[in-house]
Amino acid sequence: MIELPPGWIIIAGAFILPLTRGPLRHLAMLALPLLALTMIWTMPADAQWHIPFLDYQLTLLEFSAVGKVFATVFALMTLVGGIFAMRTASTLELSAAFLYAGSAIGITSCGDLITLFIYWEMMALGSTAVILAAGTASAYRASMRYLIMHAFGGCVLLTGIVWHLYSTGSNDFTQLALQGPAQWLILIGFLVNVGAPPFSAWIADAYPEASPSGAVFLSAFTTKTAVFTLLVAFPGTGILIPIGCFMIFYGIIYALLENDARRILAYSIVNQVGFMVTGIGIGTEMALNGAAAHAFAHIVYKALLLMSAGAVLYQTGKRRCTELGGLYQSMPLTTLCGTIGALAISSFPFTSGFISKSMISQSAAYEHLTWVWFLLAAASAGVFLHAGIKYPWFVFFQKDSGLRPSDPPKNMQLAMVLFAFVCIALGIFPQPLYEMLPYPVDYEPYTADHLVTQFQLLLFAGLAFFVLLPMMKRTETISLDLDWFYRKLFPACYRQIERISGLVYGTCQHFISSTVTALLQAQYDQEQQQPKGYFARLWPTETMVLWVVVILAGYLLISYV
Amino acid sequence: MNKDLDKHWLVRAKTIKTLWLCFIAILLLTLTSELFVHKHEYFGIDGSFGFSAWYGFITCVAMVVVAKLLGAFLKRGEDYYDD
Repeated sequence: MIELPPGWIIIAGAFILPLTRGPLRHLAMLALPLLALTMIWTMPADAQWHIPFLDYQLTLLEFSAVGKVFATVFALMTLVGGIFAMRTASTLELSAAFLYAGSAIGITSCGDLITLFIYWEMMALGSTAVILAAGTASAYRASMRYLIMHAFGGCVLLTGIVWHLYSTGSNDFTQLALQGPAQWLILIGFLVNVGAPPFSAWIADAYPEASPSGAVFLSAFTTKTAVFTLLVAFPGTGILIPIGCFMIFYGIIYALLENDARRILAYSIVNQVGFMVTGIGIGTEMALNGAAAHAFAHIVYKALLLMSAGAVLYQTGKRRCTELGGLYQSMPLTTLCGTIGALAISSFPFTSGFISKSMISQSAAYEHLTWVWFLLAAASAGVFLHAGIKYPWFVFFQKDSGLRPSDPPKNMQLAMVLFAFVCIALGIFPQPLYEMLPYPVDYEPYTADHLVTQFQLLLFAGLAFFVLLPMMKRTETISLDLDWFYRKLFPACYRQIERISGLVYGTCQHFISSTVTALLQAQYDQEQQQPKGYFARLWPTETMVLWVVVILAGYLLISYV
Repeated sequence: MNKDLDKHWLVRAKTIKTLWLCFIAILLLTLTSELFVHKHEYFGIDGSFGFSAWYGFITCVAMVVVAKLLGAFLKRGEDYYDD
């Protein structure tokens, strides 16, 4: 029996969903991810599927331990995200989300770079369609910027892959040594999708424009697939440590400045992925385990946070902190779930973030990476500041906005409760997750030392938040980012070039036409009301006879030559 | 005072005062409990008493201040990109 890649089940769903309706569609949205999950977990360890393509062999199926971790959480995300989206999302959005999720799962189970690239581009198209499905003008523009960014990243990746194939002859998707431009291009291609500098802005630009459910899907796949590819291809690459640390603080600072609740969460994706990238850069078994575990935990709590923000947006139509507040009174369940997500992202003890993120910072301590450890510790406090307290505080508490929306529809509530449960269950019972990780785990998160220091770090960060609350007052602003170059500078340059070339063209045209006109005017005798030229004064027949004579004379000459 | 009673119990002045007191008590508890645990230190300073507490507090203040300063340069109106 041929084992199919589990991602194909979800991709097939992208074509099945538009053909179904009502309960049948709901059934498909539950059954397909469950089937994919079952396939991921019952797949024999040695299951492989190769097909020849040109001079190469494509590996459509080859599951590594780390691939399984990502495939599991991607399939789980498709299931619960589907439950959240079930009643409100458009057919386009659902179909696109399944294509997107299925391609992401495909990447976790592929064994060669050519297959990886095909899935990579399918993800770009699927995710663009998810943003586009929101149907607003701003979503359309954001989706086009997103598509251009990912088309650029895809081109860089493709160039790297082709170069790599040409220079090494191998298309295996395994660890790659950074030995030349080919591998660097592949690395850059991955880094574009991970949201590394200078390509961080697209996340906060595009994701918040999606529909309430669209943003939930988007938060999970693109960046984490890129984390997976970095984990496989470039573990222990030193340059990833400063890149990751930059992303961590970029996310915190921009989230602190932000007013839009969903954009705060988008910035904190960059922040959290920064932790994973740093872990991959450290590259020890523990750090890589930590990066994989953190990706798993992160997808769940980030989706939960975006679900709570999506529920607020769906119920109120508002997403700015300045317009929200006091929602705990009428949306108790959303408040509870959003707060659990916020605690999990902050690595609060007894939540999933606590048992995953600490593996990364602990591995920095073991490797005696002094500045990395101090930065990660500060960042842990900063996460609590920008996402852990700021998000729930400004959305659900703070001043009373006077809004009294009820909790969202039952399916949305169910999805939030499921993921809130996973956040806490993983925090209390980390063993099942630890057993899935690629390397054996020799780490105990619940020591008295770790608990006390983590509580101190987080609670004093909380104290800082409330002491500095006057400085945190929300303003109705956005923050400039490097996307300024392609949203403002390049269009402005283009308009300048257009203006200058228009000016030059206009001047030339004016000059030529006025010269020609003047020339013609000079040949016309205004007083006599007739042209000055000799021929113009003749009868047309006279002129014609003259030219016929000239032509015949020409003939005569040529016949003698 | 009557106006205060109209509010949700969670946001009444009295509740907020109680919450602050509880919060401060918990902060003190996390500090004192450090006396009873053995801390691993990897870099020297991280073994000092209350390191996580003051480090967390100070770095958070620093991050808020840096964000505030950067905000002066980076903040623009919401319609900045709308043409």
